[in-house]
Amino acid sequence: MKFLSYFRRRSQIEDEMEEELRSHVQHRADDLERSGLDRAAAERRARIEFGGRERLKEECREALGGHFIDTLISDVRFSLRVLRKAPGFTVVAVLTLALAIGANAVVFGMLNGLILRPVDVPQPESLYGIERSDEDNPVQSYPDYLDLRDRNRSFESLAAYRITEAGLDTGQDPSRVFLFEVSGNYFDALHIQPYLGRFFHASDERGPNSAPYIALSYAYWHSHFQDDRNVVGRVVQVNKHPFTIVGVAPSGFHGTLLFANPDFFLPMVNEEQVEGRDVLNARGTAWIYLALGHLKAGITPAQASADLNLIGSYLKKTYPKEHGQMTYSLSRPSLYGNFLGRRVEMFLTGLMLLAGLILLAACANLGGLFAARAADRSREVALRLALGAKGTRILRTLFTEAALISLAGGAIGLWGSVALLRGLSVWQPVPRYPISLPVTPDTNVYVAALLLALVSGILFGLVPVRQVLRTGPYQIVKSGSTGAVGRRITVRDLLLVIQIAICALLVTSSMVAVRGLVRSMHSNFGFDPRDVTIVNTDLSMAGYSGERVPDMQKRMLEAMRTVPGVESVGLIDWLPLISGAYSQPDVFRDQATDLSPANAVASPFSFRMSPEYFQAAGTPLLAGRTFSWRDDKNAQRVAIVNKEFAVKVFGSAKEALGHAYKLSDGTRIEVVGIVESGKYKGLTDESAAAMFLPILQSPTLATNLVIRCSGDPRQVEGAVRNKLRELDRALPYYVETWSQQLSDFALFPAHVATVSLGVLGAMGALLSITGIFGMAAYSVSRRLKELGIRIAIGAQPKEVLTAALGRALKLLAAGSAAGLILGILASRVLASIVYEASPRDPLVLTGVVLAMLLMGLLATWIPAHRALAINPLTLLREE
Amino acid sequence: MTSQAQVLPGTLDLLILKSVSLGPLHGYGVLLRIGQISGRALLIEQGALYPALFRLVRQKLLKARWGTSENNRRAKFYELTALGRKRLREETEGWNRLVEAMGSALAAQPEQV
Repeated sequence: MKFLSYFRRRSQIEDEMEEELRSHVQHRADDLERSGLDRAAAERRARIEFGGRERLKEECREALGGHFIDTLISDVRFSLRVLRKAPGFTVVAVLTLALAIGANAVVFGMLNGLILRPVDVPQPESLYGIERSDEDNPVQSYPDYLDLRDRNRSFESLAAYRITEAGLDTGQDPSRVFLFEVSGNYFDALHIQPYLGRFFHASDERGPNSAPYIALSYAYWHSHFQDDRNVVGRVVQVNKHPFTIVGVAPSGFHGTLLFANPDFFLPMVNEEQVEGRDVLNARGTAWIYLALGHLKAGITPAQASADLNLIGSYLKKTYPKEHGQMTYSLSRPSLYGNFLGRRVEMFLTGLMLLAGLILLAACANLGGLFAARAADRSREVALRLALGAKGTRILRTLFTEAALISLAGGAIGLWGSVALLRGLSVWQPVPRYPISLPVTPDTNVYVAALLLALVSGILFGLVPVRQVLRTGPYQIVKSGSTGAVGRRITVRDLLLVIQIAICALLVTSSMVAVRGLVRSMHSNFGFDPRDVTIVNTDLSMAGYSGERVPDMQKRMLEAMRTVPGVESVGLIDWLPLISGAYSQPDVFRDQATDLSPANAVASPFSFRMSPEYFQAAGTPLLAGRTFSWRDDKNAQRVAIVNKEFAVKVFGSAKEALGHAYKLSDGTRIEVVGIVESGKYKGLTDESAAAMFLPILQSPTLATNLVIRCSGDPRQVEGAVRNKLRELDRALPYYVETWSQQLSDFALFPAHVATVSLGVLGAMGALLSITGIFGMAAYSVSRRLKELGIRIAIGAQPKEVLTAALGRALKLLAAGSAAGLILGILASRVLASIVYEASPRDPLVLTGVVLAMLLMGLLATWIPAHRALAINPLTLLREE
Repeated sequence: MTSQAQVLPGTLDLLILKSVSLGPLHGYGVLLRIGQISGRALLIEQGALYPALFRLVRQKLLKARWGTSENNRRAKFYELTALGRKRLREETEGWNRLVEAMGSALAAQPEQV
């Protein structure tokens, strides 16, 4: 409103000024008329005598004291006109800044969404999770949680949760759901009120399976129950057990893990029905993900930790068999305590640092660009100074230009980053799980980006100021802009070299990563994922147990084998390289009698499989036989081991075959076959021991059907789904190709690394180009006269180019070489993320050199043209 | 109107203050008054007057109000403020000192040196 009233007042002043001047002319005309002229002639004469009215008004306005906004508007108008005349400079400057601001806004947006934002509960500042300070992971067993809950004096109420999957049958198609198993006091401890119906409470828990209640999340209620308010009281089947929907959680609440979006919550006392095993009394089995709660008023985290440590020593004393020393600390629960939180924090801090470097580089480049421009404009500036323009006025226009460019760059960068952040926040990294990154940009991000843009605008706007202030109009108009040609290495040069080096490093790393990724797609995993589709399910989701489990598994295998186009079908509990939850039991030599962990010879990965698994997976059998359905409970316990196992436990493959080893419970297992070693947990792991057991001897509910096809595995999917529906309509499952699953899980870090390196490399390349361009353009425009004289006395184009661009090219070469060497060194680090990443690859080395050359060519193209196009005659006339 | 002198830089403000001190005037009136009190010896460029008037108003030496002129036209009349009166007194003294000094300097004879 102040703004409007300003404009109203201003137009009033204008009107008055106009009227006063008119009145003056009228009075003069009156006098002239009295002296004998007729009215029209008198008025004309008066107007002529009065002179240029607009110029006068301008002077009057100035005399009145130009208002800030007026000056600003005229400055902006002038700067826009000037910038429009230099489109190349403007576009390069705006893009450079947009890139830097965009990168920083994206990283800050992630920092803002993941670190600065707490979980969405009332009073999040007093909410803490319990961390084990003597262990990496904050998992707890249920009895330990109960002791912590009941014995502590620091928490208002201590809640707990675990995340798991189950099958949900609402009467229509059964589906797999992602849920939080929570303690009964969970919602009360977090002060969450239901959106609809009620929540379950601590008082509902009366022992195992006593609280068959479900609280839906708002999103799941919205998408799967179409906002039906009558859903409260409905009975649904979770893993074939009836549960009653008691309420719906409010829309902002999606559990206490920032990036998880569970479909519903159910009491963890019903854990046996959901997971198919009873561990409520097992003190040694840690399966609760996190215990958390609000601290009582006045209790500090340090006091609470001390309180918990007392309980820890009590637990150690009371249960010496299960527990060693137990110490606790507190942490923010939003990112699963320090386990993820610290890693995310480190990752983002690293990114922020990199983004800061990019911003610094961008500012340095813009400084160079502006300096080049100021040198180009020194004549214009000198002329304006000579004609009486005030120095402050000229500086103001320079600042206005810088501010305009920074605002434009900031706006474009922000726009790009908002789009990217929006994309990131709807992205589901693992399609089958409702996990997302809550990084939707908010006001914080907008304000930060704008501030950053303005601050950097002022930073690089300052660069040419000294240059302009030093300008003596007399000097320049007379002799042209010469200035000493700097020979010493300036800070700007150094920044440019560092920047080019970083760019070359990023380009090298991203090329290494891409090559590694391509190669690892075709490397030897110990199985062949091509032409294979996978059915992933868990029989507990349809309520199977006991003898029904192997029966159903046999029927599933039979059914799949009848699908046209299927060559072979096998079953395994967990696919290698896909799930993270592999069991690694200790094994012992056959003659061992002491079966304590210290005496174990190996802790191999342990898989359970059907007889045809190896054939379907394409794992070559090196010796012995595979399983048959006769390897059942009544037969001798048998195993197939990999080569690594055979060597580790028996010394060699030959000695392993036909001999036995022991498990920690004393079971003797005879080795009947040897297979090739492969990758089991991660692509970059060293080869590890593994054993495979028949499902009839060690049953499993987890079921992965490996279906090898004669053609495109996606073609059999329809038929596979039909067969599964015929077998059991209530069994939820996923069907996906093995290659797809591998790239979702095993290759995921490599993909992320490759993409982010690629993006950063591209950014670095762009910035280096503008940096070299700015520097080359500057050096050419400062030495125009010298170059002109050289041409006049017969310098060849090559010599001109060497003189004009030699320095820029030297910097480029130095930076590239440094970057390449750093890149080769850094590839060792990269090799731990991307399998088969190696810099000793002629393709990579040539690629990097070519890329850097191309960059140099691009960046120096325009300045080189300008240097070559110098016409000494024109130049000498002008200067 | 035998010979007209250009107004010395910086003296326009003083002339305006003086002419307005004799009674409220509109802009054209100020021109006429300066001509009249200087015996038509000083010529003010019409356009130069207004920026000077605006500047003096801004410095709170003059104040302006709209009124009706002797020609029965609407016009903006200027008059001195207290500050303006004080400034006029100071500037007049300063001017007189300068004239005296210049006069004695220019009248100096060789034997006086």
